[in-house]
Amino acid sequence: MVRGPKRERTAERMLEIEDLNVWFGSGRDRVDAVKGATFSVAQGQSFGLVGESGSGKSTILRAITGLAPDWSGRISVAGAALNKRRARRFFKTVQMVFQDPYASLHPRHSVDQVLGETLYLHGFRDIDACVSKLLDDVGLGQKFRFRYPHQLSGGQRQRVAIARALAPEPDLLLLDEPTSALDVSVQAEILNLLSDLRAARLLTYVMVSHDLSVVGHMCDRLAVMNGGQIVEIMEVAALRAMKASHPYSQHLLAASV
Amino acid sequence: MADASGQTGGLRAWLLTDTPTSRRHARISALYQGWLSFRSNTMAMVGLGILVLLVLIAFAAPLLAPHDPFAQDLGNRLAPLGAPGHVLGTDSLGRDILSRLIYGARITLYIVALVALIAPIAGLLVGTVSGYVGGWVDMVLMRITDIFLAFPRLVLALAFVAALGAGIENAVLAISLTAWPPYARIARAETLTIRKSDYISAIRLQGAGPLRIITTHIWPLCVSSLIVRVTLDMAGIILAAAGLGFLGLGAQPPSPEWGAMISEGRRFILDHWWVATMPGLAIFTVSLAFNLLGDGLRDVLDPKASE
Repeated sequence: MVRGPKRERTAERMLEIEDLNVWFGSGRDRVDAVKGATFSVAQGQSFGLVGESGSGKSTILRAITGLAPDWSGRISVAGAALNKRRARRFFKTVQMVFQDPYASLHPRHSVDQVLGETLYLHGFRDIDACVSKLLDDVGLGQKFRFRYPHQLSGGQRQRVAIARALAPEPDLLLLDEPTSALDVSVQAEILNLLSDLRAARLLTYVMVSHDLSVVGHMCDRLAVMNGGQIVEIMEVAALRAMKASHPYSQHLLAASV
Repeated sequence: MADASGQTGGLRAWLLTDTPTSRRHARISALYQGWLSFRSNTMAMVGLGILVLLVLIAFAAPLLAPHDPFAQDLGNRLAPLGAPGHVLGTDSLGRDILSRLIYGARITLYIVALVALIAPIAGLLVGTVSGYVGGWVDMVLMRITDIFLAFPRLVLALAFVAALGAGIENAVLAISLTAWPPYARIARAETLTIRKSDYISAIRLQGAGPLRIITTHIWPLCVSSLIVRVTLDMAGIILAAAGLGFLGLGAQPPSPEWGAMISEGRRFILDHWWVATMPGLAIFTVSLAFNLLGDGLRDVLDPKASE
């Protein structure tokens, strides 16, 4: 495979976040969801964000994609710092898979429409061929192409959502608890699919999860979050060996056994 | 025979499949399943039947009407029900009431069709833009909506007709102008629940602009509840048109508009009750049909009810 110059240049740091603060509301209603988060993810790496619900891990992903508009600090993707507005080109580099596949697909749009529109928006020409290739890539056959979401199972819907995120051929994929809404047996299938896709497409993952075993399986490094702050960043080997230095991480590890 | 039934069975299976093979197939299949669930509602089918009959009558009016609706026969005025040649009697100028009702169906349909085109579309535009854009746009649009909502409908329509001049087109315009605010409210409420959903976030992450999101992602979800509301409101719209006709501000004589016919018959209501009652019954039947249809459509289209 010929690697483009773009990938060569950004080979080191895919995502850098420095002193990121994210908040909702203003004045007395202001809620600080993320406080002073700093971490970076190398090209090709898989990075996990773990913590309890409400610890701000999903909010970091939403700030990166621009869905949470109030943030300060520095976010840079593939070497380029982001401002408040995201250009369409940005979404060719960064894509996101949402937590709940029952809520992330338009109820009146067929699989074909969902993928076709995505490809159209990113300026692809050969949409028909691309749609069928995407369906094959995520392990859905052509027979799913013209179904509506209500004719699909949760796992199949999540595969469609993954196909949509892959359509613009991004380098960085943000995964917001991609398996937490699914059955245990389906979770493994989706995780394996994500691992295979990462290997095949040289993707960088940032994966949010509250399930330490999922992160241990999928990620190289992880950050533990509590109350909007990153309390510890560690290698996954340390996680497997149950060696956390911060008391909160130790507590989290002990609770997950 | 067996062959034919096998073929219809094949068609049924083709229509009800869970694995459509093309875009067209998927769409037809979804329509057919909606039709099946609509068909199981008897009252809604009755409503639909009445409305189909109304459309047929309106189209075939010259063939069906026994007399010219404008032909006067002063020697035979106020003939009772079942009078020879005049099944529903004649009015104060000796015109055949049945023929006038049949021709009046055209006017009723005309009013209904125009209002149904103008009011919900205006409401949908205002409501979805207001709900999706938010901020001061929302404020301005919703305050305008409030102003229109604060007036009693018929009074506002009267004011418009008085300003624009009496006539059926102006009546339609006046009714539409007073009918759109509830649609705007419904569309805005739906938009507010939709705009924060993950599938809208997902399409924003593909770089889609507000125009595309509103027209291709939000409208399809708002339209069904609007259609239901429109059919339920149709009765009110027919009555408002009849009311304007009754007050002499809608259709002008000698036009056989049903409201205007009631207005003319009012003078004789005690001695010759059928002159006002027959058009009243026609209005009642059509209004009822729209209500029944609306109820049935709500069961089919409203995603909240079906899930």
